[in-house]
This record gives sequence, C-alpha cells and structure tokens, in this order.
Amino acid sequence: MKGVLATEKRGIRELGAEEMVGWDEVTQGVVLHSFDTEVENVAHIRPEERPYSDFNSYTATVASWRVIKPVYNRDVCIDCQNCWVWCPDTSIISRDKQMLGIDYDHCKGCGVCVEVCPTNPKSLLMFAEAEDNEEALAKWPEKKKKEK
Amino acid sequence: MADKMELNEVEVWDGNYAASQALRQAQVDVVAAYPITPSTPIVENYGAYVANGYVDGEYVMAESEHGAMSACVGAAAAGGRVATATSSQGFMLMLEVLYQASGMRLPIVLTVVNRAVASPLNVRGDHGDMYAGRDSGWVQIDAFNAQEAYDLTLCAFKIGEDLDVRLPVMVHQDGFVTSHTAQNVYPLSDEEAYAFVGDYKPVDEMLDFSRPVTYGAQTEEDWHYEHKAKQHKALMESYKVIDKVFEEFEKKTGRKYNRLEQYMMEDAEVAIVALGTTVETAIYAAEQLRKDEGIKAGVVAPRSFRPFPYNEIREALANVKSVAVLDRSCPMGAMGALYNEICGAMASTPANPLVTNYIYGLGGRDFAVEDAKNIFREQKANADAGYITTELQQFSGLRGPKLAFYEAKRS
Repeated sequence: MKGVLATEKRGIRELGAEEMVGWDEVTQGVVLHSFDTEVENVAHIRPEERPYSDFNSYTATVASWRVIKPVYNRDVCIDCQNCWVWCPDTSIISRDKQMLGIDYDHCKGCGVCVEVCPTNPKSLLMFAEAEDNEEALAKWPEKKKKEK
Repeated sequence: MADKMELNEVEVWDGNYAASQALRQAQVDVVAAYPITPSTPIVENYGAYVANGYVDGEYVMAESEHGAMSACVGAAAAGGRVATATSSQGFMLMLEVLYQASGMRLPIVLTVVNRAVASPLNVRGDHGDMYAGRDSGWVQIDAFNAQEAYDLTLCAFKIGEDLDVRLPVMVHQDGFVTSHTAQNVYPLSDEEAYAFVGDYKPVDEMLDFSRPVTYGAQTEEDWHYEHKAKQHKALMESYKVIDKVFEEFEKKTGRKYNRLEQYMMEDAEVAIVALGTTVETAIYAAEQLRKDEGIKAGVVAPRSFRPFPYNEIREALANVKSVAVLDRSCPMGAMGALYNEICGAMASTPANPLVTNYIYGLGGRDFAVEDAKNIFREQKANADAGYITTELQQFSGLRGPKLAFYEAKRS
C-alpha cells in the first residue's frame, strides 16, 4: 500500500534492512547525507523531486510498525489542513491546500489526524491494518444529528 | 580583521596564559566555556581577546560544562574551529559530551588544566580528570611546563584537524604547578603561529546547505560496533600525523617533541615513567643520582597519552632492569592506569623488566626531588636483587603507616 505521490525511492526498504557493510565502509563520524547530489533551495523542491539518499528516512519504510491505519475519505473532507498541521511524521500529503492522502510508508498509525479532523462524519478514521481501504470506505458512518 | 598582538621574543607567561595565547593565535571561531579553577584564565583571557578585537570569533558563556562542550559540538558540526578549557568537576560534567565529540569526529581542542576530582573537594593538581578522559576517544597530549602548553596547543589544532585524523584533542597541563607558575615562554609571532596551524578545513559542515547532513544518528547492535571500531582505528593511527606535526614544529622552532619523551635512557638501568610536571622533578633527581650515587637512572614520559605509545615504550624499556610507574590518580581498587599500560606493552617483549606502581601527589600533594630519588633507589635495589623487593603498589608521600598492596610473585 504505497499511498499517494510515492516515488520510485520512497519506502524502498524496511528500516534496518540496509546493506550491512563493514567498519571500513561506514561513514566517518556517523554523518549521514540526506541527498545523493548537491541541492539548492531544497525547501522549495517537492519531496518526490528531491534526490534523497539511502541515508534519508524517505527511502525507508516503517509501515510494518503500524497495527491500525488512518483511512482518508475525500467525499467528506473540507481541506482544512488540520491533519497536515498535526501529523507528527509529515505523513499527510497535501498540495496547494488540497488534501491528497496518506504516506503509508511513514505513517505510524498514531491516530492524531483522526482526532483533529473537524468534519461530521470524520474524513479520517482508524481501521485495522489488514482492512482493505475500499471496504473501509464502504462502511463509513453517516452524519451524526446534533443532539438537542 | 582581528588586530595583531605584538609579542616579545621571550614572554613571562604561566601555563594558562600560554594556552590562551595559542588559542588566540589559532583564531578559534567559537569558544564556549564555563570557567573553573584552575583553568579559568584560559577562557577568561580568550573572552578579553574577543572583546578587544584580537579574535574574529564568538565567546559563548554556557550554563554548565555540559552545556559548554555541547555548544562546542554544535559549533564544530556547523563547521567552525572550536576550543574550550576545563578542569576536574567541569571535566566530569563534560565527560558525556566528550564521547559525542569524538564519535562525531569533530576536531575540538580542549585545554585541560589537570585537577583532583572530589570528594573531598580540592582545586590542586592531580591526574584524576585526565585519566577519566582516557577512553573518550580524544587524542590526549601532555604538557609538562608553560612553554609546552603553548607549543602543544598550537600542534593540537594541526593534529586534530588533519583530514587523516579528524578527532578532538586535549592538551593537558598540571593545575597550578604549570597553570599558575610564570615561566619564560618563547612564542611565535601571530603570523608564524597562524601559518603553522593553517586555515580550518571544514568537513561535512552543517552550514553547507547544499549538502544537508545528520549528526548524532542512533545506531544499535547492527551498526554501533563498526562505527566505534572505525573511530578507534583513526585514533590508533593518528600517531603518524602527530609525528609529522611535531617534525614540522621542530623545523619552525627548533623545539622537538616526541610521543614518548626519554631522558638519559641510553644506558639507564632503572627508570621512572611519569606524566606532567613530575617528569621534570624525576629528571632532576636522576641527574643527581647519576652524579652522587652512581645510579644509572632515566626517565620516560608519554607525551601522547592517547594514542598510547606502545611500540616506543617497548623499545625505551627494553634494556631497563627495574621500572617505577607513577600514577597521580587514585586507581580505587586496581593498579594505576599508567602501570597497566606499561605492563601491557612490556608483556609482549622478551625484556620482562621488574615493574612496580607508585601512587603519589594526589590533590596537589608535593612530589619532592627526594621522593623521586627514593623511588629510584628502590628500583636500584630491585635491579641488584633481580626480583621485586617491595610490594607491587606503594603510596609515596602519604602520612601514616606505609600503605602498599600485592606481594610480587617473581623472585
């Protein structure tokens, strides 16, 4: 389950499944370079266009750490960006203030996005990791009536 | 541009002032410090140099020594030439960060004015703090007087910053006996000193935004061991660069330093191995004993405590019959650290000299020429007997009944 805007390099290996090189090949001072090439104004380059190196967490996946996952429902979302702001792992992908979906390579399933979602019903809900996203969307709850 | 300082051919400087002048001449970018006796004047003077326009750099007053060394790590990772000073309790508070600095391969220079470690609280010189740093991954160079504190601080930048080393370097001097005793010091001019040290060559600097880097990564059992091994190798092999820098320094000044200093060892039958100001006391005692009592005494002193000069020790002590290794730090439940190093070096040679351990001078207790002479005389007795006539570890200069441990098992 790659999610949106997953490039060739995003989450290409499990964290810890790097090639186990010997002492003579590890970097000096445990210094890790984020990119394979020199970059300019990298903050203005979109993540999927950055030359991330194998040392950057962008290229690793930690999807296996998750037991529950957020599922995103576009039909209810108002693009308020709350989830994007609050996600502790920058795993909400949004472009031009339009919510696109979840980076399932890096999402840990903490549920903060669901907690901060203000819509009724919520546009993000937690489901079991094994649950199919389409099936999850089919079970989406109805709008709750305001209690008088 | 920083102002130049006009120096005389001979200056009267104490060890602290000498070290601070070397830091100024190296034009350190950042000194982050939390002053502590007896090294306070090093950073105090440096702060004055910055304030008075003699250095283009930053002086940062930290909230503790832990903070001071942490700021040094940050500034060095950012890409600057960085130095600070400390002693004793301050050194102990820095200790955690010392390992960070060396693990990140940041060539910070730390001028350590050796002082006893509490409790009981004591501001005088012994080697308790220096010994606490011996596994921290730093190059440790020992100065025995003010001139050496100046010379070796200049050398420290050149050693640590060499691209084949890239390790932090401590320059040690003894609290008060060196740090507060004014002596004649022959400095280099500002131009000569800076030309010797050279411009700082940044490596993986965080302020290079075109190559963003992570410092301080976490590694568990899958990677930690390989990184530590690589770092150990760099420190083990740094002796090549130390030798090269000492050679260059000799060409410039005529003053020759060696990783293992040897005095009157050509024909020595007995020897003292020591560190710090004690070396000069032992040399004086050896000269007198040779003249007055016909004892062929010599002195061996590791200038480079880390990396430890094993090969040079093996050669220096190859023909010596009895060796006294002096530790100015209470080993607390073991033999002294220097004794263990010497025995480790000699155990793999056929020489097999008689080696004993003396604890002395704790908390600044004076180590007199007569104390050194008595130690030499005991070595002479060992040499003549062909076996160790004393216990393996003895306390020298201690009041009360004689304190000694371990019978020798060789006779």
